[in-house]
Amino acid sequence: MSNDPHHHHDHDHEHGQDVPSPTALRVKALESLLVDKGLVDPAALDAIVDAYETKIGPRNGARVVARAWTDPAYKARLLADATAAIEEIDFPAADRPHMIAVENTPDVHNLVVCTLCSCYPWTLLGLPPVWYKSSAYRSRAVIDPRGVLREFGTTLGDDVAVHVWDSTAEVRYLVVPERPAGTEGLDEDALVALVTRDSMVGVVKLAATNGAAP
Amino acid sequence: MNGVHDMGGMHGLGPIVYDPNEPVFHASWEGRVRGMVQLIAAWGLVNIDAGRHSLERLPPVDYLRWTYFEKWLAALTNRMLDAGQITAEELANGRRADGTAVATPPITGAMGAALLASVHTYTRDIAAKPLYADGDRVRARTINPEGHTRLPRYARGRFGVVTRYHGAHVYPDTNAHFAGEAPQPLYTVRFTARELWGEAANAADTVSLDLWEDYLERA
Repeated sequence: MSNDPHHHHDHDHEHGQDVPSPTALRVKALESLLVDKGLVDPAALDAIVDAYETKIGPRNGARVVARAWTDPAYKARLLADATAAIEEIDFPAADRPHMIAVENTPDVHNLVVCTLCSCYPWTLLGLPPVWYKSSAYRSRAVIDPRGVLREFGTTLGDDVAVHVWDSTAEVRYLVVPERPAGTEGLDEDALVALVTRDSMVGVVKLAATNGAAP
Repeated sequence: MNGVHDMGGMHGLGPIVYDPNEPVFHASWEGRVRGMVQLIAAWGLVNIDAGRHSLERLPPVDYLRWTYFEKWLAALTNRMLDAGQITAEELANGRRADGTAVATPPITGAMGAALLASVHTYTRDIAAKPLYADGDRVRARTINPEGHTRLPRYARGRFGVVTRYHGAHVYPDTNAHFAGEAPQPLYTVRFTARELWGEAANAADTVSLDLWEDYLERA
């Protein structure tokens, strides 16, 4: 099985006129078999896919960050015990992993990676994007974080310390980005829309003009 | 194991490719694979560490060229074959062999979504007290186990400082092999970038890893 040929961009074509890809057919065969054996309920599979696509995403993490920006006591609790502080916020369909929140300041920039696989705070940020799981990011984030940041358009002075967090255990890291200048008048709900996924991984800083980017 | 998955510090793996309009799943089969892994985990047929070890044992060439969910598919398939839950013949036919038993799934319907919302904690209560405290200087051991480990090669033999104790956590090096959870103290250990990569690194930069007590020795 593991020696079968695969193609790098092996998307299936069920929405087009082409026949399904070999990978899509292989998945269909495995699912049919596991259902036939009673090991997997297809309706449970549907429910999981729907939850990932509609209920779990970076808005959850953005809510945590926006609250930290507007409520100093909450921020203090978040930085001291993120697992408990995140528990205070009611999310739909979200696991509660063991969490650590790390704060960006003018002097410190935090960056999160998983060099060994793809560990990511998905309950707060959604499933990880392809770039986070890529060999390029995983290999270089620890040895050349400033070069990686430059690829994301983030240039830091030599006097700013870069702290990289390699997620080697069941502890997940959330970066609390700096609150952009010019947002002093915004309330928590308005700030949620400014906080991007990428800023909570630590690859970008936020500008006041950011829209609801990824 | 010293596998290709342990890629921290490698060069030559290309630029970071960024898709600003990336969907949650690129094709519907990706979501089915993700869901099947979680439903099979509910049987206890795979756990988070065993799943990672299945990925690590894929042929290195395939590991580097396959997409993320292609790797998951191969790892799940291999795990089900290894566990004797399916046969290659059944897989080729897409249905169970005649006369074999039909199980009853433990997770059905909307319970699938609840599965994602359930708390998966890897913290355990143990009697032993942690050996190290915040601020202690430690060294990551030089080990080269052939089985699963979460101590990356780039940190082995390096000196760092304990910055946070997380309680006792399930030990991947045993759990991945279904040899017990063997929980033990877990710490964040901070290494300077210069300790890991040499004098060319910025003096202010650090890399922190979460490391189990057996990975460490007092320095």
